[in-house]
Amino acid sequence: MNPYIPNTEEDQEEMLKEIGAKSIEDLFASIPQNLRLKTDLNLPSSLSEMELVNELKGLSRKNAHLDEYVSFLGAGSYDHFVPSLVDHLSSRPEFYTSYTPYQAEASQGMLQATYEYQSLICKLFKMDVCNASLYEGATALAEAAVLAHNVNHGSKVLVAKTVHPEYRQVLTTYIKKTLGLSMIEIDCENGVTDLTKLEEKIDKDTSCVVIQNPNFFGCLEKVSEIEEITHQTDSLYIVSVDPISLGLLVPPGEYNVDIAVAEGQALGCKLNFGGPYLGIFTAKKEFLRKIPGRIVGETSDKKGRRGFALTLQTREQHIRREKATSNICTNHALNALRAAIYLSTLGEEGLAKVAALCLQKSHYAAKRIYQIPGFEPAFKRAFFKEFAVRCPVSPGKINKLLWDNKILGGFDLGRFYPELKNSLLFSVTEKRTREEIDKLTLLLEDIR
Amino acid sequence: MREPLIFEKSRPERKGCSLPECDVDQESLEKLIPKKYLRQGTLGLPHVSEPDVVRHFTRLSQQNMGVDTNFYPLGSCTMKYNPKVNEDIANLPGFTRVHPYQAEAVVQGTLQIIYEMDKLLCELSGMDRVSLQPAAGAHGELTSLMMIKAYYEDKKEERDTVLIPDSAHGTNPASSHLCGFRTVVVKSNKDGGIDLEDLKGKMSERVAALMLTIPNTLGLFERNILEVSRIIHDRGGFLYLDGANLNALLGIVKPSDLGIDIMHFNLHKTFSTPHGGGGPGSGPLGVKEKLAAYLPVPTVEKDKKGYYFDHDRARSIGKVRSFYGNIEVIIKAYCYLRFLGREGLKKVSQNAVLNANYLMSKLKRYFYLPYDQPCMHEFVLSAEDQKMKDVRTLDIAKRLLDFGFHPPTIYFPLIVKEALMIEPTETESKETLDEFVSSMIQIKKEIEEDPSLLKEAPHNLSIGRLDEVKAAKELKLRWEEKKSGD
Repeated sequence: MNPYIPNTEEDQEEMLKEIGAKSIEDLFASIPQNLRLKTDLNLPSSLSEMELVNELKGLSRKNAHLDEYVSFLGAGSYDHFVPSLVDHLSSRPEFYTSYTPYQAEASQGMLQATYEYQSLICKLFKMDVCNASLYEGATALAEAAVLAHNVNHGSKVLVAKTVHPEYRQVLTTYIKKTLGLSMIEIDCENGVTDLTKLEEKIDKDTSCVVIQNPNFFGCLEKVSEIEEITHQTDSLYIVSVDPISLGLLVPPGEYNVDIAVAEGQALGCKLNFGGPYLGIFTAKKEFLRKIPGRIVGETSDKKGRRGFALTLQTREQHIRREKATSNICTNHALNALRAAIYLSTLGEEGLAKVAALCLQKSHYAAKRIYQIPGFEPAFKRAFFKEFAVRCPVSPGKINKLLWDNKILGGFDLGRFYPELKNSLLFSVTEKRTREEIDKLTLLLEDIR
Repeated sequence: MREPLIFEKSRPERKGCSLPECDVDQESLEKLIPKKYLRQGTLGLPHVSEPDVVRHFTRLSQQNMGVDTNFYPLGSCTMKYNPKVNEDIANLPGFTRVHPYQAEAVVQGTLQIIYEMDKLLCELSGMDRVSLQPAAGAHGELTSLMMIKAYYEDKKEERDTVLIPDSAHGTNPASSHLCGFRTVVVKSNKDGGIDLEDLKGKMSERVAALMLTIPNTLGLFERNILEVSRIIHDRGGFLYLDGANLNALLGIVKPSDLGIDIMHFNLHKTFSTPHGGGGPGSGPLGVKEKLAAYLPVPTVEKDKKGYYFDHDRARSIGKVRSFYGNIEVIIKAYCYLRFLGREGLKKVSQNAVLNANYLMSKLKRYFYLPYDQPCMHEFVLSAEDQKMKDVRTLDIAKRLLDFGFHPPTIYFPLIVKEALMIEPTETESKETLDEFVSSMIQIKKEIEEDPSLLKEAPHNLSIGRLDEVKAAKELKLRWEEKKSGD
């Protein structure tokens, strides 16, 4: 008997009797006989819980993981510290076994937590409004470009080459292939967006300018200069940020960004081999009625008690159908809850300290690495927690040696940037200790 | 008692987290980052202690209904039990603590799961290939339509229209629009199926696809499916299946036998992964061979050396998200499929359909059932008769909360007035269904005798009926400090 199905044979008989059917088979009478399967599906046999656990533990052991290896790999997915509270609280089944909070009174917990998430993110980003979450960073960026097009109907999207290559690929799929807009990549100069190139390409048909800050190479972009160039036209300024960096860096709301998005994985979400993560989407309030996804608003009951409900639903697919601002229905609410718990737990000092530790430790690591002959900075720019290193031997060889010594090395930039084929992108979070960094540099010294 | 906002619990100097001192030589901030890039002023985050945070979010959780606490018959959402063992397995460090850019050779376990999940879903559906990348059902729809668009562009056929039945989920027309298609609505007939004459009239060489939900949102199987399939295929269109309602068909029917060319699955519905208060889900898409070349990159393949990603697929639509999919969700669904196996899956659909018919049979004596015929996994009642007493579907839903039930989906599908769409799932016992019936009978009685009980509901929750109009009008979408003088 299947433990997930309570019906006994006796129950089934009583129920069939009530329905007035002879057998369960009869209930499927509306399916033409010739369409019904005559044989069992060709699937493996069922497993007991013990067998299932054993088999899956076996599969999990075929993966190497970061409790065993020390990671200096980032490139869009980061090994930040997650306080115990985040797992404990987000594992409350009242949260994780609930659906989208259509019935507000039955979902006050999730609604209030989401409202707090929106508030925390608005504070951190200094943006006017934040939605209840999107899937992850790349689709959040694509949705931002869709919004820009819906606002100004521009036909051209300018994207910095320093934006995460996978995000640019997703933009290409959504914007170029699907909406038929043209997409122009702006070259970089010494690791950041080339302002002259941007000025050359921008024109009245430009719908938006898209950058990432800190960018894919970890460098800080000239965000104010880009803002000025962008807003000389009607185009919108879209920036993808690292939310952890905002513990230290100027938030997008202070350099007049129209839509700021982010990959929120760093805020208390697991690495999970790439998902589920958290798409953060914020905007200026003038775009409120065009933003995608759910939004939670404050309201009250008849007695004047404060409560929360989904609002501005007339933007959404279940009301507006083909006129909706987006097709988003299921979002990443549980990841947004994790981010809310994370930001509440770390608080004002905690997040600032995480950011400061990332900054100091990554600079310590960079300084140590650059002291080794043959290892040079790929760019001479200010950076936050990631930096690109030109190496004297192939990245593959370096990462192999590091792996053999229980270290997950940097990202091989040659994979997406042929001109950087001997460069590694290292990421140093607050989790890395001096001892681990020193071990990394000692190994690199021996590489030749 | 209402729980204050986390910001309102903030007191200077409290903190909820300890972090280590910096163990490397430190430089001054200004030396590392130009001053103009440094943040001035506070972040605006709260100062709360660890116990504050724990009590706060625990109390919030207590103001939420979930499948673990309440019967949750939300139609088309398949709110079935979420097995705990799957949570434990997906939380093994060998799955959670894995970076997406680790070398393929050291992530063979997860790659094997993705590869096998593709095969399992193919066997269930009769599709030839599955991509596990889409993050949700709507994302699967959008990706599928992008592929269909790319297919016709290759074939140099101009097809700009997608047909969608009037009973369809809202995501269907929204995805179609986002993909640049024109949406044309196909009418339902009096039995709740597709109106074949209307379909014939609207089908043309401009139509790229018909997006169908089977069983449809009335919980009815499309009896004329082979005719529908012929009408679409004869003129070169694709038949798309919105797999939201697949819980009725496991081991009973293969979508490929119905003429389906392309479809999405909802792992968070049919395959028991928790819905997380709105997500994350996972919306894999399956295709017949004809469309396989257009699947998003990368796919997972296998050779002598093991499992690997194939990024190099010339006709692929490209990438639709970063990395490879909602892996944690996929692992849970994989566990579910392996646990139930060949023997268990068919029982899922049999009992889901049995439970729905039982509930329908009992409730139709008290409430109007507009499409009175045996249902599949769900059915739709109408509270139109109750309108005479000035009671609306919304009032019934809110009153159900007082009896400890999460309400059904309401006001959907749009083709039923005052709709109550009820999906019990197979994981509920007869006793629970009977209790729900008793409560509905009690509510019916209240409508006759004292409708104000419903108009004012809910009465027994931490909050009364919320003013959603006010939420949309006053638009308080974030917490703000009270300014002095307020």
